[in-house]
Amino acid sequence: MNQILRKRVLTPVTKEIVVAAPHIARKAQPGQFVILRVSQEGERIPLTIADFDRDEGTITLVYQEVGYTTRLLGKLEPHDHILDLAGPLGLPAELPDKGRVIAVGGGVGVAPLLPKCKELHRRGINLISIIGARSSDLIILEDEMRACSDELHICTDDGSRGFKGFVSDKLKQMLETELNPDEIDEVIAIGPIPMMKATCAAAKEFGVKTWVSMNPIMVDGTGMCGACRVTVGGETKFACVDGPMFDGHLVDWDEAWRRANSYREQEQIANERCRCGGDRQWL
Amino acid sequence: MALKKSRVEMPVQDSEARKSNFDEVALGYTEEMALEEAARCLNCKKPFCVEGCPVNVRIPEFIKLITEKKYQEAINVVKSTNSLPAVCGRVCPQEIQCESKCILGRRGEPVAIGRLERFVADWEMEHGNPEVPEIKPNGKKVAIVGAGPAGLTCAGDLARLGYEVTIFESLHEPGGVLIYGIPEFRLPKDIVRREVDYVKRLGVKIETSFIIGRTMTIEELFDKGFDAVFIGSGAGLPMFMRIPGENLNGVYSANEYLTRINLMKAYKFPEYDTPIVSGKKVAVVGAGNVAMDAVRCALRLGAEKAMIVYRRGREEMPARAEEIHHAEEEGVEFHLLTKPVRILGDEKGWVAGMECIRMELGEPDQSGRRRPVPIEGSEFVMDVDTVIMALGTSPNPILVQTTEGLDAHKWGGLITKSETGRTTKPRVWAGGDAVTGAATVILAMGAGKAAAKDIHEYLESGSADW
Ligand SMILES: Cc1cc2nc3c(=O)[nH]c(=O)nc-3n(C[C@H](O)[C@H](O)[C@H](O)COP(=O)(O)OP(=O)(O)OC[C@H]3O[C@@H](n4cnc5c(N)ncnc54)[C@H](O)[C@@H]3O)c2cc1C
Ligand SMILES: Cc1cc2nc3c(=O)[nH]c(=O)nc-3n(C[C@H](O)[C@H](O)[C@H](O)COP(=O)(O)OP(=O)(O)OC[C@H]3O[C@@H](n4cnc5c(N)ncnc54)[C@H](O)[C@@H]3O)c2cc1C
Ligand code: FES
Repeated sequence: MNQILRKRVLTPVTKEIVVAAPHIARKAQPGQFVILRVSQEGERIPLTIADFDRDEGTITLVYQEVGYTTRLLGKLEPHDHILDLAGPLGLPAELPDKGRVIAVGGGVGVAPLLPKCKELHRRGINLISIIGARSSDLIILEDEMRACSDELHICTDDGSRGFKGFVSDKLKQMLETELNPDEIDEVIAIGPIPMMKATCAAAKEFGVKTWVSMNPIMVDGTGMCGACRVTVGGETKFACVDGPMFDGHLVDWDEAWRRANSYREQEQIANERCRCGGDRQWL
Repeated sequence: MALKKSRVEMPVQDSEARKSNFDEVALGYTEEMALEEAARCLNCKKPFCVEGCPVNVRIPEFIKLITEKKYQEAINVVKSTNSLPAVCGRVCPQEIQCESKCILGRRGEPVAIGRLERFVADWEMEHGNPEVPEIKPNGKKVAIVGAGPAGLTCAGDLARLGYEVTIFESLHEPGGVLIYGIPEFRLPKDIVRREVDYVKRLGVKIETSFIIGRTMTIEELFDKGFDAVFIGSGAGLPMFMRIPGENLNGVYSANEYLTRINLMKAYKFPEYDTPIVSGKKVAVVGAGNVAMDAVRCALRLGAEKAMIVYRRGREEMPARAEEIHHAEEEGVEFHLLTKPVRILGDEKGWVAGMECIRMELGEPDQSGRRRPVPIEGSEFVMDVDTVIMALGTSPNPILVQTTEGLDAHKWGGLITKSETGRTTKPRVWAGGDAVTGAATVILAMGAGKAAAKDIHEYLESGSADW
């Protein structure tokens, strides 16, 4: 169980693994996620199910090495096993059956965006995708995104490829000049909190509904702890069971940003350790 | 020999020393202490204590065996009705159960039944080797949802009867609240693991990280060939007060706080990876066992002030007497008749204070307890940097939402026939906190036992009636 079958290095800090998880693959829907643990002392971290293959009994995870646990995960190779893997968690994304959608992905957020785009494509939706990263070498899953999009736009912060600027700027430009906002049924935006916040702001100007996928800190992922609280439309929601997709125009972004940074200091301590080879003896 | 009015004291770790460690507080009787305490039992012809025990442990019988130094026989008597004696001896609210009925309690202190139960259970762990009975497989399969006391007990009893039993547990470690909720200093995790291992030795399979309702539904369990399902999924959903400031950094549900500490071992960060931010001035809202556990963890994580904030009075505090006593010894402050109205934050969004209002007791409410009413204009601000909400929990709706025909009360508890644990869905039984709401280990265990008996009778009878 939970054996890693294949691994791809997408960028220096982003990896894709295909994991044998037949039970999870059988039930997975776009929008859902898993919680995993890599070691006996390990933290439980959530990752989106970026793809699944029911016949093969596998799920695909794409993750960016941002801290201790994701780096430990990055050290695993094909044939290794993931210690604990639970899912599928969260509500499946509610996707439209017809019309036109703009999908916006920032950084590793393209990974959770992909299964939704694939499903939209399967449903025959006209899909415009905008994906971006800091620079061209950090763009991930371009081919996969191109395959399910009617139009694909690439943005980089440093202008090393495509549009120079944030994905939210590109969205705004397109809504201003090329597209008729009334013909856009919705925007789906996934990525870091500041990127989702900015994308919502851009879409709101044109009155376009925007779905976002929240990524708060989680522990159990089943509604038991409340670590994942987000305020949506003035109400407290648990992202793991009420989400992770929410109406982005109703999310309290400043609170979400604050809560995401609750453990800054501790994350740095853990990170220091990882630079020393992740050797626990070193403590 | 004149009867002693008071019981033999429980040896405990010194209150100063224990404030900075997570080792067990109550150390357990020595053999001499146990013999001395056991000698106090009058061996009543009509033992009221047995009626006071939710699973009717034959108390005078096992205590008499202690006086005869027949410890293995004593533990066997206990285990004939209680499968988790080492746990129950430590965490049961004896003072409102068996011990409240003890005749000695009328003139002095009741026999320390819980401590004696713990003594024989620990004796067996040290000396005996709980034997695995010979089991004849009967070819029938039962699925159990949740590896808490209810699920483990139901599984163990069914395995002994020859059933092929699989427990599905959503967390990565079995034990339920015993593992993720109750701290090490009150219930060492080795004891829980030993109980879990014993259940495994009986042949029970435990699938962890397996969430019924998500990874597989109850209906699909039947498709897989299970003949019956028992739900022991507990009451894990935390409640919040819905007051302003509850989502500030530094506000935890007790469930999150305790899960980080106990299941994830955050008190050993960075040796363990899961962090916790527990401040210097910690307020825990509530006064049940959960609140006492949280506030005592806060002390151990370095709080200079650890406070209980409770809207009712001392008499109404629902925690076990021993926990309140230990908390007081350790220096926990009790702010009674006090209710939080909002939590204040600093410019970075961390807790910087808690505004409360003082309460007074009015007329008794439905629970028979006097209803606390706010005293107008008595608001004041408490200086705190961490707030932990221990207001109670309710059952997770995930199973009801994903299982057709499985009905629950409005508040979330599954509807069952009380004696047997049969739910509204044929071939599905339930028991423990999932049915009663947050209650006790012994009641959960008892419900698991009762359901195992009924599952066996039902499957044996071959009847289709429900
Ligand atoms: C529903 C959901 C889906 C996600 N999907 C993906 C994905 O497909 N790919 C991906 O790369 N990342 C995803 N994330 C984010 C991922 O969980 C975090 O990057 C990861 O937990 C970081 O752990 P770390 O120890 O490596 O880093 P840390 O150093 O611990 O933290 C780095 C950052 O990650 C966040 N984080 C830390 N611990 C947790 C936790 N237990 N749960 C959630 N976030 C945490 C913190 O806000 C912090 O800013 C998702 C998060 C959620 C909630
Ligand atoms: C902090 C704390 C202190 C306590 N102190 C005491 C005490 O001193 N004395 C006392 O008698 N009682 C105490 N209690 C109460 C006691 O622990 C509970 O009443 C008892 O554990 C209930 O047992 P249970 O088996 O019904 O549920 P739980 O112990 O809650 O176990 C349920 C299990 O089911 C799992 N689960 C839930 N949903 C699913 C699903 N869909 N699929 C798979 N698995 C699932 C959960 O992860 C959990 O492991 C305390 C409780 C807490 C939280
Ligand atoms: S992660 Fe614990 S409730 Fe959502």
